[in-house]
Amino acid sequence: MLRFLIARLSLLVPTFIGVTVIAFAFIRLIPGDPIEILVGERGISPERHAQFLQQLGLDRPLWEQYLNFLGGVLQGDLGKSVVTKQPVLSEFFTLFPATVELSLCAIILAVALGLPAGIVAGVKRGSIFDHGVMTVSLTGYSMPIFWWGLLLIIFFSGILGWTPVSGRINLLYFFEATTGFMLIDSLLSGQEGAFLSALHHLVLPTIVLATIPMAVIARQTRSAMLEVLSEDYVRTARAKGLPPWRVVGLHALRNALIPVVTVIGLQVGVLLAGAILTETIFSWPGIGKWMVDSIFRRDYPSVQGGLLLIAAIIMIVNLLVDLLYGLINPRIRHTS
Amino acid sequence: MASIAVAAACVWTATAEAKTLVYCSEGSPEGFNPALYTAGTTFDAGSRQIFNRLVEFERGTTNIVAALAESWDVSNDGLAYTFKLRKGVKFHSTDGFTPSRDFNADDVIFSFNRQLKADHPFHTTSGGTYEYFTGMGMPDLLESIEKLDDHTVRFNLAKPEAPFIANMGMDFASIHSAEYAQAMQDAGTPEKLDLNPVGTGPFQLVAYQKDAVIRYKAHPDYWAGKAKIENLIFAITPDPSVRYQKLRAGECHVMPYPNPADLEAMSKDPEINLLEQEGLNVGYLAFNTNKEPFTDKKVRQALNYAINKQAIIDVVFQGAGKVAKNPIPPTIWSYNEATQDYPYDPEKAKAMLAEAGVTNLKTDIWAMPVQRPYNPNARRMAELIQADWAKVGVDAEIVTFEWGEYLKRSKEGEHQTLLLGWTGDNGDPDNFLYVLLSCDAADGSNRARWCYKPFDDLLREAKQISDPAERTKLYQQAQLIFKEEAPWVTIAHSVVFKPVRKEVVDFKIDPFGGHVFYGVDLQ
Repeated sequence: MLRFLIARLSLLVPTFIGVTVIAFAFIRLIPGDPIEILVGERGISPERHAQFLQQLGLDRPLWEQYLNFLGGVLQGDLGKSVVTKQPVLSEFFTLFPATVELSLCAIILAVALGLPAGIVAGVKRGSIFDHGVMTVSLTGYSMPIFWWGLLLIIFFSGILGWTPVSGRINLLYFFEATTGFMLIDSLLSGQEGAFLSALHHLVLPTIVLATIPMAVIARQTRSAMLEVLSEDYVRTARAKGLPPWRVVGLHALRNALIPVVTVIGLQVGVLLAGAILTETIFSWPGIGKWMVDSIFRRDYPSVQGGLLLIAAIIMIVNLLVDLLYGLINPRIRHTS
Repeated sequence: MASIAVAAACVWTATAEAKTLVYCSEGSPEGFNPALYTAGTTFDAGSRQIFNRLVEFERGTTNIVAALAESWDVSNDGLAYTFKLRKGVKFHSTDGFTPSRDFNADDVIFSFNRQLKADHPFHTTSGGTYEYFTGMGMPDLLESIEKLDDHTVRFNLAKPEAPFIANMGMDFASIHSAEYAQAMQDAGTPEKLDLNPVGTGPFQLVAYQKDAVIRYKAHPDYWAGKAKIENLIFAITPDPSVRYQKLRAGECHVMPYPNPADLEAMSKDPEINLLEQEGLNVGYLAFNTNKEPFTDKKVRQALNYAINKQAIIDVVFQGAGKVAKNPIPPTIWSYNEATQDYPYDPEKAKAMLAEAGVTNLKTDIWAMPVQRPYNPNARRMAELIQADWAKVGVDAEIVTFEWGEYLKRSKEGEHQTLLLGWTGDNGDPDNFLYVLLSCDAADGSNRARWCYKPFDDLLREAKQISDPAERTKLYQQAQLIFKEEAPWVTIAHSVVFKPVRKEVVDFKIDPFGGHVFYGVDLQ
């Protein structure tokens, strides 16, 4: 297992360096000048423009800018936002808990509904339930998030009045953010009703963000189950007279889970991409909205820093998923 | 800065009896010191609630009124402006700072010298770029600022500049506490001056959470009387449809920038008052007058005749705009009612083009990639103009670039014709005419690159005179010359819509596009 871990970890270093190059290059490949965008129609004199470029260090050759960026990264400094003049790292980590909270709720909901739905659909192949799950998941997978979010808001908040329209908590509750996770902070605040309000505000954005991962997980689980259920050892288990729940729950599911775990791991990227739209619709103060704003403003330090941090997080999650394979399937750790 | 609680000790008094107004704002401010930034969203959150200026714009108008200065005099040569400062004005007391003195001349000098002098101890604090101050030409204009006594300051100018007094009402001219700055400097945290602002304004900042919420409470000792609402909350809501849903659900009282498609439903909603006012802006098509055949006045006039502007208003603005005939909007003084616009007359256009010897003209129309109040859909506008011009035998290709690139390339004059516009900063005609059409701006914000001496002379003369009646005459004459020379097709002035809930009393639309909550009440 240790060798397996070292092998995986050693791959991280070149990947990380590659990511710094991509993060640095990405925003520079898009045409656009952050200073022109900042000053808008008013315009700026060429001298002032040059002075600005110099202040931001953008007048240096690209390789030098990259080395400065890399040097900063190694020292934990991602620079300051061109727009707000605040450190990128602190802006990221102020907003990040909101995204994590929403994404965790969404992935829990997606797994809690998608996994059993996929298992049952796989076991009862061809049944009405199977067709139902497949139809719903295909619809969910094809749903434009923005439209879906607005539809839910108009129906549940506008017409029925069951859920709040947007935000993380009723604005009448006011307390210091200790952890940045609203559910925890509202509990810590001790204010009556705060936790329920935070929970209430999570309902719609969680459903919207969970829709696509839920569909993917249900479909993946179903097909993995179908494959495993036709294996010889499952037939043997059945022939031995084991009860069906044991055959499915223990023998089949454990093997079916490997591709499912991979898919769940990959959903981290999907969740972060979905968070961009979900956060905009639900006025959710997370990193998705922040990244989009930064790209539109050509805020170089924020975009490159944000991309790097997001990539690092995805790499860590993928590493954990790899390790999890090893636990689920001993063959993987041994062959590595 | 993202999550600051300026006054941790401050008890949030959002009880049933304290009036709380919630404004669903469109985005996060860049920061709170208006001198450092340029966006309207930032000014809404900072200067318009937290700070005051020496003079200000009367709410809902472009009229200059006294604020932190009780009165002012202009010397005969127009070079010295002396302000008499108001006495007894209190700065906010916050968790980290309790002012020991009232507002005085030191605060004025500090606020301007920080932006003006490169060797000022705070000049480089928080990035130290003062784009509005620089953009309005203040570094070249301000020679010095003198303290005559504790309540009198004099601004010495390098040249007479009549719009100077209007500039003093702009957001960048907000007054900060010199005493607070010193305290932060002594504590080794000078940037806190900008992060945890202390002003004299009607509201003081309580807490800010980036992309989520900004909380203010009424300044108890506000010099013009305490605000009628106790708590002011900005609930940051980027999507206009969601803002509308929040307004309907009573989760906010006022929202900016509605979707044009929602306006009809809003006007019928019994819970909502839909306020409207003409915006302080102009959307135009500029001809590059340095390029053939647009060097010829006749061609420019012909293409003016060829555009059906009313159709543009109906389709692009969906009725939320008015046809423009002058380069300044009708809400600005000196607007010339007598100007005759070019009516839509394709036949005449064709004849004029033939007269000018222009046949089979091939040109381009640059369309902006962004939505602006003066042009909600430049691409669609360009398509309509393209179709109109095709009818008179002009083949125009629509070109677009990313916004920064668009601004840069058009400034360098790469275009033949382009769509752009302007929103006024200070309600002075000079802020439109000089910025957009003067010879000085011909390689910058004057996208027509039009330099016409008789017109330019009038603008220069008007800058030197402080009498508004005299200036009005000059500007009205300039507008007639502009129309005759036709460097632009003036297309539209937008109409601004502001939905507010029925219980909101006395909210006024700000002609500058801002949101001012002092004076607003809740029933």
